[in-house]
Amino acid sequence: MKVDLRGVTKVFPGRPGVVALDAIDLGVRPGEFVCLLGPSGCGKSTLLNLVAGLDRPTAGEVLVNGQPVQGPGTDRVVIFQAAALFPWLHVLGNVEFGLRMSGVARGEREAIARRYLRMVNLLEFEHTFVHQLSGGMKQRVALARALALDPEVLLMDEPFGALDAQTRDRLHDEVQNIWSATEKTVLFVTHNVREAIVLGDRVLVMSPRPGRIKREFTIDLPRPRQIENYAVVDLSREILNVLKDDGGQTSPGSR
Amino acid sequence: MMTDILSTGTQARQNGARRVVVKLAFFLLLVAAWEALFRAGVWPPYLFPSPSGVARTLVRGFGNQTFLVGIAVSMRRLLVGFVVSAVLGTLLGLALGRVRLLDETLGSLVLGLQALPSICWLPLALLWFGLSEQAILFIVVMGALLSITLSTQAGVKNSDPLFLRAALNLGARGWRLYLLVVLPAALPAIISGMKLGWSFAWRSLMAAELLYVSFGLGQLLMMGRELNDMNQVVAVMLVIIAIGLVVDRLVFAPLETRVRARWGLGE
Repeated sequence: MKVDLRGVTKVFPGRPGVVALDAIDLGVRPGEFVCLLGPSGCGKSTLLNLVAGLDRPTAGEVLVNGQPVQGPGTDRVVIFQAAALFPWLHVLGNVEFGLRMSGVARGEREAIARRYLRMVNLLEFEHTFVHQLSGGMKQRVALARALALDPEVLLMDEPFGALDAQTRDRLHDEVQNIWSATEKTVLFVTHNVREAIVLGDRVLVMSPRPGRIKREFTIDLPRPRQIENYAVVDLSREILNVLKDDGGQTSPGSR
Repeated sequence: MMTDILSTGTQARQNGARRVVVKLAFFLLLVAAWEALFRAGVWPPYLFPSPSGVARTLVRGFGNQTFLVGIAVSMRRLLVGFVVSAVLGTLLGLALGRVRLLDETLGSLVLGLQALPSICWLPLALLWFGLSEQAILFIVVMGALLSITLSTQAGVKNSDPLFLRAALNLGARGWRLYLLVVLPAALPAIISGMKLGWSFAWRSLMAAELLYVSFGLGQLLMMGRELNDMNQVVAVMLVIIAIGLVVDRLVFAPLETRVRARWGLGE
């Protein structure tokens, strides 16, 4: 397993404490695209943070490549919902930031950064500053910034949640292309059912309070998938019924 | 759509032009009223100077270079004091913003001292440094340092924690995390603090220069008083106002606007 969670529990302190995750077992195979789907508050972002090493589990262990996660590491890079680009750097500076931290020489890191900017079709914006980019462009820069480190695992935390439907669809295509070209292992958090089906090899439906994995769906539809495919729509109806049982707030992904 | 943009553009320009005209008219009227009041002869000239007299003093003061020397001496002190305050204040603010124990101890001390007008340090400064350049610099630094410290601290504490998480995630650690992420994330607040610090430094310097022989603008002001030359007093006051305004409008205001825009903080 690339990513392995064994009996992972996370309780946020308080009276009473909030059980964000309750004894989660989850294995992600190398190169697999796994979507975590659920209403807000079901602990899906918490799970991602544990894998990223930005937070520690209360009980259980999180393994990446069989090694326990000790803290943040550049083998697992997070893409946040708010792209979290650095506004004091231009696009190229953002994309090469991780390489700069790991001591790659300027010429080499610029070449690598440009390669990934080309992959997300933003090469001509390399000297643009963040405040001049649209929401979709920011997420593409964030994607390039993560890919530039060549991480084994990509952790995507509702990266397209704040985008309009059209931009989101285009990014779904780009992510599928990049994923098949780079063979990364991806953990993708979303509350959008169709998005999960379009992108995932597997969709894990989570339920809140306490956060648990409620059902697992293996998606073996042919790729590339589009959000309006009949098969996607049919499957989303089935998954929505599972979600409805908790009365959770989840959008069906319609426009 | 196009005509909308054009018309709002013209409108904005017309508004701007109107504002300039109104301002100009106001100040011309003010000067005229001032001159009229002077000519009415209610007060003797050594109590109430005339605008024409002040203008003559300004021309003479810049002509024989006494004003220029005064400006140079004061600006040098201000610059040295401000640079020292900016460097120390940023470092101190960074430490206070990141280390809880420092915040709880040194932080409350800084907050308390900030309530003290820096000129109140003069008696101590004179005892410690004598009638010297260092005494004046000390007062300038005490004026600017604390406000820069407090703004930097607030900026570090209030900057988006997402920047820090993203940076850790991308492998930033140690001093590079501070220099390349924590500090730039707090930059808008730091610049506001520097703007405030500059004006505090300016006020402190003038207060200090008024109190003993110092060759700066403050002394020129006091010299006017001693010579009963109100023209000189008011002329130097105008120079002091002008320097304050020019630095604020030409240095700090544009810098603040640019940084805030780039950081996505709006107007």
